[in-house]
Amino acid sequence: MDIFLQQIINGLTLGSIYAVVALGYTMVYGIIQLINFAHGEVVMIGAMVALTVIGWLAANTALPPLVIVLIGAGVAILVCMLVGYALERLAYRRLRHAPRLAPLITAIGASIVLQQVAMMVWSRNPLAFPQIIANPVFHVAEATITMVQIAIIATSILMMAGLTLIVYRTRLGVAMRATSQNPHIAGLMGVDINRVIAATFMLGAALAAVAGVMVGTYYGIAHYTMGSLLGLKAFSAAVLGGIGNLAGAMLGGLLLGLVEALGAGYIGDLTNNVFGSNYQDVFAFIVLIAVLVFRPSGLLGERVGDRA
Amino acid sequence: MNRTRALATGLLLAGALLTQGCGKEAPPPPPAPKAGIPPPPPEIVVKIGHAAPLTGGIAHLGKDNENGVRLALDEANAKGITIDGKKIKFELIGEDDEAKPDKGPIVAQKFVDAKVAGVVGHLNSGVSIPASSVYNQAGIPVISGAATNPMLTEQGFKVAFRTVGRDDQQGPAVASYLAAEFKPKTVAVIDDATAYGSGLANEVERTLKAAGIKVLPREKGTDQTRDWKAVLTKIRGKKPDAIFYGGMDATGGPLLKQGRELGINVVFSFGDGACTEEMNKLAGDAAEGLICSQAGLPVQAANKRFLDAYKAKFNADPILYSPFTYDAANLLIEAMKKANSVEPAKYLPKLAKINYEGATGKIEFDEKGDRKDAEMTIFTMKAGKLEPLAIIKSGKTIKYEDFVKDGAAAAASPAVPLEDKKGDKK
Repeated sequence: MDIFLQQIINGLTLGSIYAVVALGYTMVYGIIQLINFAHGEVVMIGAMVALTVIGWLAANTALPPLVIVLIGAGVAILVCMLVGYALERLAYRRLRHAPRLAPLITAIGASIVLQQVAMMVWSRNPLAFPQIIANPVFHVAEATITMVQIAIIATSILMMAGLTLIVYRTRLGVAMRATSQNPHIAGLMGVDINRVIAATFMLGAALAAVAGVMVGTYYGIAHYTMGSLLGLKAFSAAVLGGIGNLAGAMLGGLLLGLVEALGAGYIGDLTNNVFGSNYQDVFAFIVLIAVLVFRPSGLLGERVGDRA
Repeated sequence: MNRTRALATGLLLAGALLTQGCGKEAPPPPPAPKAGIPPPPPEIVVKIGHAAPLTGGIAHLGKDNENGVRLALDEANAKGITIDGKKIKFELIGEDDEAKPDKGPIVAQKFVDAKVAGVVGHLNSGVSIPASSVYNQAGIPVISGAATNPMLTEQGFKVAFRTVGRDDQQGPAVASYLAAEFKPKTVAVIDDATAYGSGLANEVERTLKAAGIKVLPREKGTDQTRDWKAVLTKIRGKKPDAIFYGGMDATGGPLLKQGRELGINVVFSFGDGACTEEMNKLAGDAAEGLICSQAGLPVQAANKRFLDAYKAKFNADPILYSPFTYDAANLLIEAMKKANSVEPAKYLPKLAKINYEGATGKIEFDEKGDRKDAEMTIFTMKAGKLEPLAIIKSGKTIKYEDFVKDGAAAAASPAVPLEDKKGDKK
């Protein structure tokens, strides 16, 4: 039983991270039907920037650790928002009316560019993410949960709540929803579509930055390739929940995290060690295929997926 | 509108290509001008290939290997070597094999087409093995400074050599040390599902079982795994007394950290891929007390002249295998000198029979192409530094202090005490 509980805790932590990243995919898809494959790399940039800032501040100032981490996350958010804006402005805006394949390929290209630039800036080495906050371990029944895990779950809930508020309670949110329903008419109604779309990208990038800090702190490691697989899994989570649907992304992320943790934990016992835990990464994609076959619109999606 | 759009896409593509190109290989520093050499006798360029992952998760180790080869070739060029009356200029062709088994033969074919005289590489066993058959067909000697999977030299290829020990020497070494020092009843063995990781884990498992120790069903990750919590949670439930992981440091560090977070307080042990000082950074305090093995003598026990030259040239300390690739490159050069020819077919027999004093000690090959009497070293992490605990040679365990004291090291290679290494770092 303690093992099951522990796997649930592991899965929830992982799922919270997926959910925050998946939100970025789903928001952009919801508004311009583009799968922003560079989103995973934005997470990586967020982790790298935070790593640099936190490392520098920890070495050169006497600020309390929590403040340092918050400043690090703040700078990462700013940088990622800039990257998000630049992506939209330079790579995608020109292609908004192009055939759907063109922006998709551009997104893949942009992700390669970001990755290689990061490699030049931060080197090829796996970098250690500074662990400056004490990370006490708590015991729940016979399972353990660390402070960082609690912080990750809490932060992601906060992020999701904040995003929901923005989308459903602010003028920007109204404009975003209008644009996603029909950009043309929204434009006629006086919504500055370019600004709204840019704002969507920047919001998604800010979430990505937070996710980057979470991943870095949780695993204690950052590497220039860390964004690709994470991005693909978060994308699967978004599809699972119904791409374009905010609540769906959150649900999909959490579910995927749980599926991975439980799957990797029990597949060996269930198949008599024919399949091992090295199939952990496969679950995300099995889920993706299953969803596309049986319910292309996802768990909470309404629209039938007629788009790429 | 259309034109600007095309322009933008074009620029982006060009950018992508450019950065890709740059990522592949850092521009080699221009070889030192050979001052003081009289109007050159006919100069031939001899190409030496080096292949290792230069991108991806273990690119830092790949670069380290390449640096070892570069150092050897640059030194040879600076010295000026004459073979068969002609001045030889060695040129390094560095290729990125991305640590992917399917990329191995492609890179190997590239070297064959470029008519290299010899190859140092590859880093990964999983890449070296498929690549070796291409070299074998072309008759080009290939020496790996890092691939430890036994299969590499078991294929009957005359051209394949290695300057490191084999997993079936290394696995038993670390396993018997673990069994003798920690006396575990149950051991959990994990690997990263690569030829190297699972090969090593198999050898460890075999040795442990032979010693009457219970080994749990194998758990596996991949060479990209960062999240080990699910696997470790499962293992925790089975309460092993020790854990062995066959894999590299980029995955081993998070494994160790997460294990400690889950409250697993038993000893963690690793093979050479995760036996680097990076582990201390990647796992933090959790790295304290880990046990790991390296094929060969410790990096810090490598020849001091090599350590200094490396530091001076690259402004960094060697990480792991560079002393072995440095030796590998020097072996190629040495064999060419002995045979007085740069033709692979002519110098290959000399290479097989070579007896050379390298940065990692005396090197001789057995009939398979494995290094004779390769030493294994057991390390532990103490106060953030890897410290050698014991040297295992021909089945015997020798405490490191005794090894250095007895001058056994002096016979093998001038080992540098740890204190000197620390001094060097400053």
